[in-house]
Amino acid sequence: MTKRVRVVVFLKPGVLDAQGQAVETGLRALGFQAFEVRVGKAFELTVPEEGWRERLRELCDRFLTNPLVEEYEWYEVEEAKAR
Amino acid sequence: MSTGQEGPGGGGPRFGVVVFPGSNCDRDCVHVLRHVLGYPTEFVWHEEEDLSGFDVVVLPGGFSYGDYLRPGAVAATSPVVRALRRFARAGGLVLGICNGFQVLLEAGLLPGVLLRNRDATFRCAWVHLRVERTDTPFTALYAPGEVVRMPIAHGDGRYTAPWEVLEDLERAGQVVFRYVDRDGRTVPEANPNGSCHHIAGLKNPQGNVLGLMPHPERCSEAVLGGEDGLRLFQSVELWWRRDRAAGPERAHRALDLQDSGVGRRR
Repeated sequence: MTKRVRVVVFLKPGVLDAQGQAVETGLRALGFQAFEVRVGKAFELTVPEEGWRERLRELCDRFLTNPLVEEYEWYEVEEAKAR
Repeated sequence: MSTGQEGPGGGGPRFGVVVFPGSNCDRDCVHVLRHVLGYPTEFVWHEEEDLSGFDVVVLPGGFSYGDYLRPGAVAATSPVVRALRRFARAGGLVLGICNGFQVLLEAGLLPGVLLRNRDATFRCAWVHLRVERTDTPFTALYAPGEVVRMPIAHGDGRYTAPWEVLEDLERAGQVVFRYVDRDGRTVPEANPNGSCHHIAGLKNPQGNVLGLMPHPERCSEAVLGGEDGLRLFQSVELWWRRDRAAGPERAHRALDLQDSGVGRRR
C-alpha cells in the first residue's frame, strides 16, 4: 500500500523572500491590494505506507528542504489517477 | 612559480575540474589552469568515484541540474560529491566557485546557504573584495586586507546562516573574502546580493575547502579586464610545493574533519 502526499515548503518567517517581494510589487502595479506575499513550492509524491511519516520527514529534512531556512508541512491527497 | 610555458602534464599541482550536467564554467577553469598556468588538469565527470589522482578538485560555476530544487542540491547527491567528502577528509584541496560554492553548502562541506539575491535580480558585475585571510592554501599570495577586483554572475548569492553560525564563522576566522567598496569598506552599496556580513567566500576550519561566489577564473588574464584571480590558483601551487617539500607524512596527513553538526546534512 502507498500514500499520496503533498509537501508544501516556505522560507521560514524572518528569512527575506525576494521572490515574494517581487510578486507583491507586480500585484501592486496591477492595482491589487496584497500584503506580505510569500512564495513557496509544493511537491506531490507517492511513498510506501509502512512508516511513511518517518520516511517522509527524513526525505524532507535531507533533500526536499533546507531546514536552515525552510519549513514545510504535508497533507495526504487522493491517489494519483493514471497519468 | 610556473612560467606558463609548460603544456598539459607539465609541473604543478594536479587539478580536477568537475563537470555536472549544467556546469558552464568548467572550460574556463580548465583553460586558465592548463593553458595560462600550465598545471596538469583534467575534466572529471560527475559520476566519477575516485579522486585520488588529484591534488585539487574544482567545482565550477554554472547551473548544475538546472538549479532545480535549490542551486547545488541535486549535484550534492552525485557520486563525485560522495568521493569529494572522502577527498576533503583526507586533506585534499577543494575549491567551489559560484555554483560550486552552492554545491559545497548543500553537501555540508561548508555551513550556511546561498539564497536568491536581495533584489531578486541576476547580478553580473565586477565587485571589490577584501582578502580577510592569507594563511590559507588559496590566498597566500594576496596581502592581508588587500582589496581585489573580481566578477560575479549569479542570481542566488545571498549568503545566509543562523546568527550563531555567523558568530562561529567570525570567531574562527573562516570568512576569506568580503564584498567591500574600492577603499575596502563594508558599506551596504558594496554588497551586491545582501549576503550576511558581506560574505563572498568561506573556508572550512581546516582551510582545505574554500567556496566563493566571485569568479577568479574570469579574471586571470589581462585581456579579460583583470588578473586578480590568478594569484588564487598560484597560491595553491605555492602551498603544494611547500607541502611536498615538507615530506610525505605531511602531504598525506588526514585532516580531522569531525562532524561539527553545523551545516552538515548528509
